[in-house]
Amino acid sequence: MDALLSEYLPILLFLGVAAGLGLILVLAAVILAPSDPDPEKTSAYECGFNAFDDARMKFDVRYYLVAILFIIFDLEVAFLFPWAITFDQMTMAGFWSMMAFLGVLTVGFAYEWRKGALEWE
Amino acid sequence: MGIAPLAFYLFAATVVVSGFLVVVAKNPVHSVLWLILAFLSTAGLFVMMGAEFVAMLLVIVYVGAVAVLFLFVVMMLDVDFTALREGFVRYLPIGALVGVVLLVQLGFVVAKWTASPGAEAARMAPAPDPAMRQNTAALGDILYTDYFHLFQLAGLVLLVAMIGAIVLTLRHREGVKRQDVLAQMYRDPAKALELKDIKPGQGL
Repeated sequence: MDALLSEYLPILLFLGVAAGLGLILVLAAVILAPSDPDPEKTSAYECGFNAFDDARMKFDVRYYLVAILFIIFDLEVAFLFPWAITFDQMTMAGFWSMMAFLGVLTVGFAYEWRKGALEWE
Repeated sequence: MGIAPLAFYLFAATVVVSGFLVVVAKNPVHSVLWLILAFLSTAGLFVMMGAEFVAMLLVIVYVGAVAVLFLFVVMMLDVDFTALREGFVRYLPIGALVGVVLLVQLGFVVAKWTASPGAEAARMAPAPDPAMRQNTAALGDILYTDYFHLFQLAGLVLLVAMIGAIVLTLRHREGVKRQDVLAQMYRDPAKALELKDIKPGQGL
């Protein structure tokens, strides 16, 4: 276990450096930068106009559909990793198990293709 | 204190603190950012347990997809922050109930691991030494054969999620002109063009 963890030590160091650097940059801006706000300076700038509207607005649910479908195939691919790594010692049962899994998801893929869920109107 | 325990306490503290901030942050966008930090720190904890695959999965699936999707929805939805705050007291009992249920479930997990009759055996169950068989391969050894049914069930759950998302959200708008690639490719000049021989000085 210790051997495994020592392999991750560089990543831990990177994390520390990243967090430290981020903290330093933010704090330096807070401490060193001159700050003299007034309402005009802090208001939203929109090409010289006053802001028309709030930035938050309703959006097409299609974005959500695309994102959900992405996550589902993301998970499908995640299941492929252990399968690929152990492929050389795999029994036929393991192989066909994955084929069945992929088959089920291919049915879903065919369904969404036929329904036109992958197309943007 | 060695580096490993130090890193553990660092990650654990980050998870607890950012989890708390997810709940108390005023702005939902900040909540989601704290949630991402909690996911990342949890990935660190999984690595420390030797569960590399789960850690990477947490980063790829939860941070890379689920949390970004949350952020996306939270940022784009028409959310009125003051209206969000108003319901806080009204929904407190339900929130507390859900919290208690989760706590009891966690209690079951701990009891199963420490006090139940089979706990000793469960703790001693051989997880392969990472030096001999890496974590991802160890999962691959059993996932597709010993846990065949659960694996196929996972596939079916994904299928249901896919179909459910499409059924719930897909609406074809009327009057949208879509590209029909096949029709374009099978179009031939005989159907699209008409040649007329026009004598000089005459109109069509």
